[in-house]
Amino acid sequence: MNKTVNQKAWFFVVPVFVLVAFNAIIPLMTVVNYAFQETFGNNVFMWEGTRWFKQILISERFHAALGRQVLFTLIILVIQIPLGIFIALNMPKEGIGVPICLVLMSMPLLIPWNVVGAMWNIFALPDIGFLGHSLNAMGFDYNFTQQSGDAWFTTILMDVWHWTSLVVLLSYAGLRSIQPAYYQAAEIDGATRWAVFRHIELPKMKKVLTIAILLRFMDSFMIYTEPFVLTGGGPGNATAFLSIDLVKMALGQFDLGPAAAMSLIYFFIVLTVCWVFYNLMMKNESQL
Amino acid sequence: MSLELKGIEKKIGEETHIYTTDLKFEKNTINVLLGSTLAGKTTLMQLMAGLDKPTSGEIYFNDKNVTGVKVQKRNVSMVYQQFINYPNFTVYENIASPLKIIGIEKSEIDQRVGKVADLLKLTPMLSKKPMELSGGQQQRTALARALVKDSDLILLDEPLANLDFKLREELREELPKLFKDRDCIVVYATTEPSDALLIGGYTATLLEGKVIQHGKTLDVYNKPNNLDSAKVFSDPPMNIADISKKGETCSLLSDKVSWKTNLNLKDGNYKVGIRPHNITTYKEGNNSIEINGKVIISELSGSESMIHFNNGDLNWVSLSEGIHQKDVGENTKLFMNADEFLYFDSNNRLVGNV
Repeated sequence: MNKTVNQKAWFFVVPVFVLVAFNAIIPLMTVVNYAFQETFGNNVFMWEGTRWFKQILISERFHAALGRQVLFTLIILVIQIPLGIFIALNMPKEGIGVPICLVLMSMPLLIPWNVVGAMWNIFALPDIGFLGHSLNAMGFDYNFTQQSGDAWFTTILMDVWHWTSLVVLLSYAGLRSIQPAYYQAAEIDGATRWAVFRHIELPKMKKVLTIAILLRFMDSFMIYTEPFVLTGGGPGNATAFLSIDLVKMALGQFDLGPAAAMSLIYFFIVLTVCWVFYNLMMKNESQL
Repeated sequence: MSLELKGIEKKIGEETHIYTTDLKFEKNTINVLLGSTLAGKTTLMQLMAGLDKPTSGEIYFNDKNVTGVKVQKRNVSMVYQQFINYPNFTVYENIASPLKIIGIEKSEIDQRVGKVADLLKLTPMLSKKPMELSGGQQQRTALARALVKDSDLILLDEPLANLDFKLREELREELPKLFKDRDCIVVYATTEPSDALLIGGYTATLLEGKVIQHGKTLDVYNKPNNLDSAKVFSDPPMNIADISKKGETCSLLSDKVSWKTNLNLKDGNYKVGIRPHNITTYKEGNNSIEINGKVIISELSGSESMIHFNNGDLNWVSLSEGIHQKDVGENTKLFMNADEFLYFDSNNRLVGNV
């Protein structure tokens, strides 16, 4: 039978194409537009070439924000990934405890970001917040609105509370997919608990952990709402992570050119890290 | 060396998984546990291994009570249906892992792993990881891990079930050789009667948590002591028909087929069990009986033809050598070999086989 040529089928692709264009390509191109030009409003643009990029890349302000951002992401990954695995390992495997734990774990994930920020803001207030007041009553000099260490501590605690569940749920799913025969085989061998974790559970969780680390990296690297509501980037610029700094520049100072250039650099960093990380993990995967 | 289960029973909640069972396995034997899925094969093996405790009853190893002794303290190894290996270890490290845990010297580990790898044709793959191997090689690795330990008891829980046909045949032929000359008891669980026949040794037939017969494999096959045991040990399923016996003449209740027998049985109604390969398109044996049937379906597989046909109100299965094409609905003539019939009484006990 001869195949009939019918190009009308391309029309089926149109809705997706339009959707992607409107929600990704066109906004992104606007940003690209701003990144290479100077504007004074009234639709007057002047070509600036790579000036904004050079300016951002050598600016100390950008370096500081990037440094804070990297540090923050590293800290929360180092806390959340092991903690999430640890909790998943200790969750019940059968019985009524399973749904209870799963629901409890999902709770923080269901709360809107700005609500999380507001909750923690009130919770941590040194005079009336439960956490802030208790810490001060215990003799700690705690004030997250004035001391940058305390602000960091609170932001990290909030993020750990909000997002560790995601790692837990993914790890738990990974653990549940391990056939009981593996544990039996290890038991017959007389393997220790650590050996079971190291040589069975961890390798079997590798794929979900890759996803967990990727998601947590991206989310924490782009974090905005929660610290914005909690600390507003302060005190000073202590918790002004990349996106907070970006918004300050774009909307606060209306420096559209540099802000657009920074957006693109920011986007490029996230993309590169994800790509490199994913490829490294998957390269090992094929070697297994 | 012997493994003895005395009055073993396993209940989980209200549900009985293994009904009171007595079994004794002798030194240097291969023992097949034959039964369909959920018959209790795996549960029974876990009890033997010490991975699970019986609700009641005792387990003796070398006449020593080992009930409740943990699996690590017994010298046991097990191979599963799924290919269970440490995913991030190489084949060598996988095979060596049980020895390392016991704390055996490096040079001896090298030597023993080399020997087992050679036996299982794994030598070229020693530095590979399990995921790089075919299913057959992965299962060979798991077998090697079980063999390298020189266990007293080796449990194989449907080790071939997840392999494709060709690999399965290949490994199945090697298995009995692997366990020859080994000072151990091998227990092999399977759903396939043909596995049991090929492996030989001893067979215990299981049905719904009960051991229904235990003995030499060929004895159990040739003289099933009841209908259930015969059914478990027959694939394709055994044909079972009601007959009546009067004097020397037996006849099917559902059709006018009859034959002579010199069985010393009272007159009355019996059941006859006929294995599919004893109903053929050609005459076989000295006591061949003709039976007519309407073909329901005929399946040709390689060198055999399986013909399902209808006679009376029964559906029969026949298995003949060679290719015999039959059309659906065709009336056909087949021959039963009456020398191979199994006769059961109304309580389904074997009363005669000639």
